[in-house]
Amino acid sequence: MTPAEIRDEIIDILSDIAPDEDLSGLEDSKSFRDQIELDSMDFLDIVMELRKRHRVQIPEEDYGQLASMDSTVTYLEPKMRDI
Amino acid sequence: MVQYDTIIIGAGMSGLAAGIRLAHYDQKVCVLERHTTIGGLNSFYRMNGRDYDVGLHAVTNFTPAGAKKGPLARLLRQLRFRWEDFELSEQCGSAIAFPSARLRFTNDIEVLKSEIAREFPNQRDNFERLLGQLADYDDLKQENFAGSARAFLAETITEPLLIEMLLCPLMWYGNAREDDMDYGQFCIMFRSIFLEGFARPFKGVRLILRALVRRFRSLGGELKLRSGVSRIKVDGDRAVGVVLDNGTELWAKRILSSAGIVETQRMCEDITEEVPARAGQLSFIESISVLDCQPNKLGFGETIVFYNDSDQFHWRKPIDSLCDLRTGVVCSPNNYLYPAEVGNLNDGIMRLTTIANFDRWMALDEQEYARQKCWWYDRSVASAVRFVPDFRAHTIDTDVFTPKTIRRFTWHDNGAVYGAPEKKLDGTTHLKNLFLCGTDQGFVGIIGSIVSGISMANMHCLRDP
Ligand SMILES: Cc1cc2nc3c(=O)[nH]c(=O)nc-3n(C[C@H](O)[C@H](O)[C@H](O)COP(=O)(O)OP(=O)(O)OC[C@H]3O[C@@H](n4cnc5c(N)ncnc54)[C@H](O)[C@@H]3O)c2cc1C
Repeated sequence: MTPAEIRDEIIDILSDIAPDEDLSGLEDSKSFRDQIELDSMDFLDIVMELRKRHRVQIPEEDYGQLASMDSTVTYLEPKMRDI
Repeated sequence: MVQYDTIIIGAGMSGLAAGIRLAHYDQKVCVLERHTTIGGLNSFYRMNGRDYDVGLHAVTNFTPAGAKKGPLARLLRQLRFRWEDFELSEQCGSAIAFPSARLRFTNDIEVLKSEIAREFPNQRDNFERLLGQLADYDDLKQENFAGSARAFLAETITEPLLIEMLLCPLMWYGNAREDDMDYGQFCIMFRSIFLEGFARPFKGVRLILRALVRRFRSLGGELKLRSGVSRIKVDGDRAVGVVLDNGTELWAKRILSSAGIVETQRMCEDITEEVPARAGQLSFIESISVLDCQPNKLGFGETIVFYNDSDQFHWRKPIDSLCDLRTGVVCSPNNYLYPAEVGNLNDGIMRLTTIANFDRWMALDEQEYARQKCWWYDRSVASAVRFVPDFRAHTIDTDVFTPKTIRRFTWHDNGAVYGAPEKKLDGTTHLKNLFLCGTDQGFVGIIGSIVSGISMANMHCLRDP
């Protein structure tokens, strides 16, 4: 996947987790938490959906990397390059 | 040999919710239920051609469509339901009725505020301050959970009667402890009742249960009814599987139990000495009256009335009699704001909950049991009509269920509705891969137990697949 495809996939996951959120205005450099109502349970779901959909394993110590769209795509790029 | 990723004990709200989470993330998961039907404490039954809910008075924690905060929004997101799926209609308004004061409240906290200003003018500012303090409580972190709610309230509210009145509905809908309430439980219940509020699906609890069970099955989850777990098989410090009442053995990487703390320990084959009873003492009878008209025709337009017949609220098991008539909860499922196109329930229904003594009800022989049910139906309704319009002349059918019924539906020790007073908030047990969810983990009520199932599944069963 290219970074752009990874971004689309994250948007798809977010709209699955939080169907009521308008994600069109999401700013990639800002943290998710400042823009959408996500609690710790929802964050776990980003990790779980990546595992379910793409078999991507994210160890717990790396959860902090998923703070914003930019940091998430950067973190996932090497892991998802070949899918 | 069948090996599950997770076996869940109990098809109540918490077990089904946990099952959905695990099945959604592709686990091979099986929910085992001893009863012939799902729902546990909040099941439903049919008698004389009428449908009855066992538990449901109200779904608490109501927040409107589109709300993003709060347990209801959280559980809908986590289970991937739409808000519309639960078909919730809001309450018409409820009340706390004591002899010398009456406070109305709705799903808008402003109503309670103005009622307090009316009945207790000098407590108006104190109540504002209380709201400010409660706003900060995080029910996922659960700091200082075990503090005393009475001590906490007394720091801010200086009118003892108001403290009793505020505690009355909160204890009724979620306190496993006698007399006082854990601070954390108080915060959770305060929010669920006063800040969020009451609602009900027109079709009752079966609508929510069906939504849960359908979703679970559609994700590939297995549900086995009439499959009580008699033993949990143990190897060293791990659970390896279960033995059903009929002798069948099933194996699993981990087990999540909604059967209660003590009840679960007792099943573990490594525990040989008697597990000391720690179950709660609070059980109920529920007196249901079917009326020949809608309750509002008789002047009863409120959804729920929590009454207490003195200035002191007593929340404990009656010692010398089968029931304690001093306090009770009256609820009419007719009094919700159902959409015009569905109309209202055909029958008028008045439900009444009264505190009861489990041991005394269990000790009765069959004939005496039937007689006492009639006797306590009459007495409890006579007590309630001191606080709501007298509906007795309009009664066309009645049913009573007792602590014995509650035990039959849940297998909980003492028929304890809110489980053991000591909660196990992290859901862990003496075995590394055996966990608790539901009533004894900490969250009670319909919404609470669903949240409990979700959070224990997330915390213990999802991270290593
Ligand atoms: C009269 C009454 C009124 C209530 N009113 C309301 C209300 O208006 N609003 C509200 O929100 N809440 C209400 N509640 C509380 C609510 O019903 C419960 O808090 C909630 O249903 C608890 O769900 P649970 O999953 O934790 O436990 P349970 O419902 O107790 O589920 C446990 C399940 O495990 C099964 N089980 C136990 N042992 C075994 C075993 N060994 N093997 C297999 N299965 C086993 C039981 O049969 C049961 O189905 C009420 C309860 C009662 C009794």
